[in-house]
Amino acid sequence: MNSVTLDKSRCKGCTTCMKHCPTEAIRVRRGRAHIIKERCIDCGQCIRVCPHHAKKAVCDPFDSINAFCYKVALPAPSFFGQFRNLNDVNMVLQALLDIGFDEVYEVSRAAEMISDLTRKLYEEKKSSRQGPIISSACPAAVRLICMRFPKLIPNIIDFVTPVELAAIHAREEAVGKTGLEPGKIGIFFITPCPAKVTSGRYPLFLNKPVIDGSLSMTDIYKRVLGPMKKITEPQQLSKSGIIGIGWARTGGESSALLNDRHIAVDGISNIIDILEDIENGMLPEVDFVELNACTQGCVGGCLTVENPYAAKTRIKRLMKYLPVSRNKADEKDLVVARALAEKTPEYVPVWELSENRQEAMEKYNRIEALRKRLPGLDCGSCGAPSCRALAEDVVIGYASEEDCIFRMRERMQYMTGSGDADEYLPPPFRRTE
Amino acid sequence: MDPVHLHFDIDGSDFTAAGEASSEVKRVLRRLGFDGEIIRRCAICMYEGEINMVIHASGGRAEVYIDSSSIVMELVDMGPGIPDIDLAMQEGYSTASQDIRELGFGAGMGLPNMKKYSDEMKIESEVGKGTAIYMRINA
Repeated sequence: MNSVTLDKSRCKGCTTCMKHCPTEAIRVRRGRAHIIKERCIDCGQCIRVCPHHAKKAVCDPFDSINAFCYKVALPAPSFFGQFRNLNDVNMVLQALLDIGFDEVYEVSRAAEMISDLTRKLYEEKKSSRQGPIISSACPAAVRLICMRFPKLIPNIIDFVTPVELAAIHAREEAVGKTGLEPGKIGIFFITPCPAKVTSGRYPLFLNKPVIDGSLSMTDIYKRVLGPMKKITEPQQLSKSGIIGIGWARTGGESSALLNDRHIAVDGISNIIDILEDIENGMLPEVDFVELNACTQGCVGGCLTVENPYAAKTRIKRLMKYLPVSRNKADEKDLVVARALAEKTPEYVPVWELSENRQEAMEKYNRIEALRKRLPGLDCGSCGAPSCRALAEDVVIGYASEEDCIFRMRERMQYMTGSGDADEYLPPPFRRTE
Repeated sequence: MDPVHLHFDIDGSDFTAAGEASSEVKRVLRRLGFDGEIIRRCAICMYEGEINMVIHASGGRAEVYIDSSSIVMELVDMGPGIPDIDLAMQEGYSTASQDIRELGFGAGMGLPNMKKYSDEMKIESEVGKGTAIYMRINA
């Protein structure tokens, strides 16, 4: 259930990705990084930090659009921030038609509908709610909540994501326009991140996928650059405003609520901190929480081309001459029904040591006893991100105590009978001069 | 079966570290498979206790004992003590300084919350000597 993978031929077995993984989902074994799939939330951090570009996101190939009679592109708002000197979103949309799509549907349109719905929900539930509403838009953040903050799952807003709402609308519109069966229409999301690739395949809020594929933003960027240069007069294809485009960066979704009782957080470690605070009841002044796993929001996704700060500035410029919002969620409309989540994400107890409490406690005590025997340097040489992680791996049978080079040193001292084996260790780990 | 025992030295001089013990308790309870509501209640009790020790008593220590049926938290400090426990237990009553209040603490909900979220709470205090708090949450 994840989209981040390893290119074995490029991996050198260095510990960079393992050290940066926020969910401790990576181990190094036999010179290669291994992803523990259940723990990976597809945040893309390893893709960003790998010096050898060995970590990749598995998107769908561009050619896969050709399996459909009628192809609709769903560009994420962050896509518009990738282009230098762009002052008209229509240029990008026109170029998408030029490279082979039959139709475009901006995700920012659905984002405006979700914003409108959230404003309504916000007013309705103001008094009855326990704790703030949490945004559902960033799948990496939602999956983190499912793993680490199960008590906050009910606080996640019960609407599908803008991508999903856009896909549902786009398919209906295309069916109406072409008369084709829904299955003959291909809906393709242009994604800034691997987390959205995964949630496209395994939706968190719907029983079945509503998009037919996710295309890497980097790939589509390269494909549209040439055609864009040839466009002189683009068609007026864009139907979204400031609010929708603004979702591209942190603060966009929450500022669309038009009040000041919201908070917008980006970066996984900041998200963890703020969710801890919410769980401890420390943020009573906040009614809405926007979470983005990537720095600066979706413009910081690891499948984008441009520096997130530059992209953010461009998004701001693009918003300048747009109407505030062009899409509403009229209750007479079907938008509300379509936007309602079909299911609630479930608690994923990846951190439970055992289903049996006694066994879990026994394991925990063994982990702690072992952890105290380890040096506590978190050097990563054993292939686990920290001494504690190694202790856990040993107890669950995934590693051995001698994987620790310090424990090995002691063993060598014992075997050789020598008083000191410091010389076997690299300088940073030597205890004596 | 040995209970799981956690020990924390709460550093009273480092305000920014307050809350770490609570996070650790949460982490361990999650690993042991406790119910989310139990975890939340323990986290709040521990958090309030920790903050109190930092604000009023320049630190202290906490022992947490976890077995399959309950979580017991014992917090001991050598602070100024509480002259009137009944008064201190009232919601909204606080002796925290203006500086502390400006940081968003000192709302007078610490002890009341600890009582509210635990199944049993005992408090012993002697002026000039310190305060000991016992909290039990049934799993």
